[in-house]
Amino acid sequence: MKLLTSAILVLGAFGWLAAQQPGPPIQGTISGQGQKPAIAIPDFRASGGAAPLMASFNETVRSDIENSGALTFVAKSLYPAQVPQQPSDLIGGAPPPQTATQNPQGFRLADWGNAPVSANYLGIGYGAEQNNQFVLFGWLYDISQAANLQGAQIFGKIYTGTLDQNGAIQVAHQYAADILARFGVKSLIGTRVVFSSNRTGNKEIWTMNWDGTDEKQLTHFGTISAFPSVSPDGAKVAFTSWLRESPRIMIFSLVTNRELPFYNQRASMNCCLSFSPDGKHVIFSSTAAGGPAQLYIANPDGSGLRRLASSGAIDTEPKINPKTGTDIVFVSGRGGGNPQIYLMSEGGEAQRLTDGTGDATNPAWSPDGTKIAFAWTRGFEPGNFNIFIMDVVTRKLQQLTNNEGRNENPTWASDGAHIVYANKRGRDSQIWTMLADGTQKKQLTRVGSNTTPVWAPAAQ
Amino acid sequence: MTKRNATLVLAAAAMMTLAACHKKPVAQTPPPPPPPPPAQVEKPAINFFNAEPSSIDKGQGSSLRWSVTNATNISLDQGIGQVSPNGRRTVYPGETTTYTLTVSNEGGESATATATVTVNTPPPVEQPAPQPVQSAADMLAGQVKDIYFDYDKDDIREDQQATLQGNATALKQIFAAHPDFTVVVEGNCDERGSAEYNLALGDRRASKAKEALVSLGVPADKMRTISYGKERPVCTDQSEDCYQRNRHDHFAAAQ
Repeated sequence: MKLLTSAILVLGAFGWLAAQQPGPPIQGTISGQGQKPAIAIPDFRASGGAAPLMASFNETVRSDIENSGALTFVAKSLYPAQVPQQPSDLIGGAPPPQTATQNPQGFRLADWGNAPVSANYLGIGYGAEQNNQFVLFGWLYDISQAANLQGAQIFGKIYTGTLDQNGAIQVAHQYAADILARFGVKSLIGTRVVFSSNRTGNKEIWTMNWDGTDEKQLTHFGTISAFPSVSPDGAKVAFTSWLRESPRIMIFSLVTNRELPFYNQRASMNCCLSFSPDGKHVIFSSTAAGGPAQLYIANPDGSGLRRLASSGAIDTEPKINPKTGTDIVFVSGRGGGNPQIYLMSEGGEAQRLTDGTGDATNPAWSPDGTKIAFAWTRGFEPGNFNIFIMDVVTRKLQQLTNNEGRNENPTWASDGAHIVYANKRGRDSQIWTMLADGTQKKQLTRVGSNTTPVWAPAAQ
Repeated sequence: MTKRNATLVLAAAAMMTLAACHKKPVAQTPPPPPPPPPAQVEKPAINFFNAEPSSIDKGQGSSLRWSVTNATNISLDQGIGQVSPNGRRTVYPGETTTYTLTVSNEGGESATATATVTVNTPPPVEQPAPQPVQSAADMLAGQVKDIYFDYDKDDIREDQQATLQGNATALKQIFAAHPDFTVVVEGNCDERGSAEYNLALGDRRASKAKEALVSLGVPADKMRTISYGKERPVCTDQSEDCYQRNRHDHFAAAQ
């Protein structure tokens, strides 16, 4: 405790400000060339029990910054030999005139703005073990303001976590999120991925942090449970389970991990439920009327059922636009053809969004309601799904995966920048994330076969 | 000087005398070569003669291989006839057959060897002792067959109609013998479509078969449908053969 207090005092003496409220978002680009701002964050060091955790910390910070797509992370190989660890190490003012022999020292903030680093921002800090906790001191500096160190400091914060790998990773996420918040990037902290895994020998519903840590088994049914979706408040998960003979919808609280009541229609199949953006309705596919599976809307407990359409063909996977609350995308086999993606606006005739070729499936709205991500075999053999994004108004397409196995079930993170999806190379499917431009692909799961992921917002 | 050298000198002198003469000498007939030794006719030998494999199932082939030396006449029986000294011949005997290789030389000496190809015939199917009343589950397993579908389709194919008819007959017998018995029609799909769409497609496949069976007189209230989509594959190879096996309706006893 004494150590912590004195550390805060020292920090205070050098202009540490508790970041009660984040500053205004930093808009636009620094270089004016349409490039992303560049940030340099040298490896943080620590002593004692915190030292072995710093590799995980540094790697997580780098990965979060790079994966955000908002900033360019300057390669560490370009950094000066000497690295400031705290504000007292830094020297303000313009660098002395360069001479051919001069080697940037690294302590002068302006050094980080010059070639070869050429960064716009600098993150510095260090870790420590205090009271059996992992403590991290982190600062962010605007190099363009290097003439005045006080003005250049954007924030300085103390973070604490458990004194283990997981604690260091969580602290790294928080520090990276505080940096990214300055650039308008919404934090993914607290968001989780809900998915189906057969690692116990049966397909059960599991959850994990969005970075793949903290995997937890939600169901223990010993049957098939799949197709999860999460309510907009992050509190409930709905899925389809064979627990009670035919496939039925079940809803669980993610807070208590207990089943919530849901009235299933008498049908050979009720499946693939999703929530309306206001959480007041659910929409799903059912054979309640006999014949092929059709779309229904109901109250969150399954009451107040209303049929949405009567197509005479299979209709499934309905998803309500999170912004308009009315437009519904879904998959249909109408027209006697392969499954395709359709858009149905309230009162209107459904229109086909995909061009009729291949199998198109798994539509998911972007958080801003302008795009859908989906899986399509267009141009490939049946079963060779790739992830595509379509701008729903212009129908402009972007293909995010290619020649990397079978890719399915894309859903968006609340930041609108990340996508989680299932990728199958060989026998088992695994959960991956990527940016919505197809870059920064990262594997999250490794045990068993893992399918039908959905990105769950942080519980409110 | 030895006697032999003296003879040579004399001969050389005689030749020189002859060469000096302008008259062409009369060619002297050389002595005939010694008669060849009487031809040593070696015995014909069969180095090897075998059948590979020596045991086959009916319809399969076996390779006869042989090597023979010192033979002028080489033949195989069983209607094969003359063959070369080193050879190979694939045979497809319908039953266990012994092949004889006969070789002989001009001297009339001969040798034979045999190779037997054993043909395994499937053992006769043992007929279980007829039971007075077969259990419903046994009848279902023995008489009601899976129905197969095309990719992304739920209609009963032409080549599945006979199976469906047979199933209808069998199911009616089963339900007549076991009034309390009920059946679950399980619809399944191959792994290529999406899991969500396949769940609905498997439901259609089960429903279509149930509807067709009802139209053939099977009581509707004895059959329930369930879709497993692509969740319960019977095989996991990525081949059309496996895909086809997974695109099926299976008939199971209701629990």
